[in-house]
Amino acid sequence: MSLTTEQVKRIAHLARIEVSESEALTTQGHLNGIFELIEQMQAVDTTGVEPMAHAQDVSQRLRTDVVSETDRRAAYQAVAPETEAGLYLVPKVIE
Amino acid sequence: MIHKSLKQLSQALAAKEISSVELSTLFLDRIERLNPEINAFVTVDREKTLKMAAAADARIATGSAGPLTGIPIAQKDIFCAEGWRTTCGSKMLANFVAPYDATVIEKMHRDAGMVSLGKTNMDEFAMGSSNETSFFGPVKNPWDRARVPGGSSGGSAAAIAARLAPAATGTDTGGSIRQPAALCNLTGLKPTYGVVSRYGMIAYASSLDQGGPMGASAEDCALLFNTMAGFDPRDSTSLERPAEDYARDLDKPLVGLRIGLPKEFFGEGCDAAVMAAVQDAIAEYRRLGASTVEVSLPNSHLSVPAYYVIAPAEASSNLSRFDGVRYGYRAPDYGNLDDMYMKTRAQGFGDEVKRRIMIGAYVLSHGYYDAYYLQAQRIRRLIANDFVAAFESCDVILGPTSPTTAFKLGEKSADPVQMYLSDIYTIAVNLAGLPGMALPCGFAGDLPVGLQLIGNYFDEARLLNVAHRYQQATDWHQRRPEGIE
Repeated sequence: MSLTTEQVKRIAHLARIEVSESEALTTQGHLNGIFELIEQMQAVDTTGVEPMAHAQDVSQRLRTDVVSETDRRAAYQAVAPETEAGLYLVPKVIE
Repeated sequence: MIHKSLKQLSQALAAKEISSVELSTLFLDRIERLNPEINAFVTVDREKTLKMAAAADARIATGSAGPLTGIPIAQKDIFCAEGWRTTCGSKMLANFVAPYDATVIEKMHRDAGMVSLGKTNMDEFAMGSSNETSFFGPVKNPWDRARVPGGSSGGSAAAIAARLAPAATGTDTGGSIRQPAALCNLTGLKPTYGVVSRYGMIAYASSLDQGGPMGASAEDCALLFNTMAGFDPRDSTSLERPAEDYARDLDKPLVGLRIGLPKEFFGEGCDAAVMAAVQDAIAEYRRLGASTVEVSLPNSHLSVPAYYVIAPAEASSNLSRFDGVRYGYRAPDYGNLDDMYMKTRAQGFGDEVKRRIMIGAYVLSHGYYDAYYLQAQRIRRLIANDFVAAFESCDVILGPTSPTTAFKLGEKSADPVQMYLSDIYTIAVNLAGLPGMALPCGFAGDLPVGLQLIGNYFDEARLLNVAHRYQQATDWHQRRPEGIE
């Protein structure tokens, strides 16, 4: 498998990372090298092997539905790039 | 004083031979003097440190001190610490002052009364094996300042090796505690997945990430680990288990111990001088009464390929939170919302982080998920099963930590694949979720070599015992870099 520059740009867009033409080319080279390493997996027959998503075979814990956190909105918003009246500000998305 | 073990420091503090303020000042002064060259710390705050030290002295005076109260430690800059800048080695978080404490921080500082000397440099978002991907510049290995300290916990390793701190925390997703420990002549423990809380530890690959101690000896690591481990309801993958004293078995004799030697770790691909030091360690273990048995981890060669699918996949999801909205960097100029995301992430992330996010986005995308992501998870199962089979005939597994000693700055940074292969002996342990340790076992030329010990699930006390007995019989871990007195 070998990624084209167009594919690299599509992946970058999926990841929401802006890339220039020259960055796309360099990235293409690096990613293809990495995928060459990854391709070693394809030679292995894993029919019937259960995928392992997690190191421990445990199920998700549940907690009682009660308030456990205090209101720390001001502290958390103090580190945001832009806020107003307790809201996070972003460019307008609805005209 | 700077070379004393944690136990000795604890005794000196209890006997009032030195105060925590004096001890902390000693290390702060060393940081001020040596850090400009080593670059092990990215954030130091003398005032905060001394305030914590004064509080520790007050605890000692009232008799309410624990065994590590007043002892200074360096924190890897991946752990959120309230009021401290927490960068994860990234421009994305270069100005992020954490509004809360990670559980590890809370346990070590608030509960155990340890003193923070500051935050240590690391590969950006823990993605790297040389500390060269840090936005704050590379760290120099105190053993040879033209060489890397390893990564991603390279700042923590260099800080201890240069005695800028008596001990430090690290995190290990594919070898990030063990490999820098090996390259800097230190002891480090990567615990069983789920034993140390990940709450407040900035996530890279959540099913693999695990925090752990780094220090000058197994005994130091055991004492630190006692303060770090434990169930945390705020981490959904934290395991509910009874508390343990991980130092309880340190002195247990090794007679009858069965050490498994995976034949895949003793073949081609490892430097001869590294292998020679590992063989000497095996001979020492036999003298200590252990026996050895050959075991096999037939799928271990697939651990690096599987890791570079699973870890990037999880990273691409975890790092989607860095979008310039709630915290961290935001690009100064942008058009619409999408453009703001794209520019913020293009400017805020370094090249290696971008590469891994893109690999992750690709292997999780429609049409590739089965061939890459599910296949990697199936191989992960095969790798974990290999260990289960191997532990039927042995108690611990032994091999090298890294195939080479510390490499030169810049030597591997242009070729990601070469860099990835430096974790060839450590990654399988993370995929399986097992505990692993690195400890000094000799030198290749002037550079330290690290031995790796791998334990069965929850067998940290035994690993620490096996490492400690070796350190009672050898003095490799007491060797110091030239000029560090």
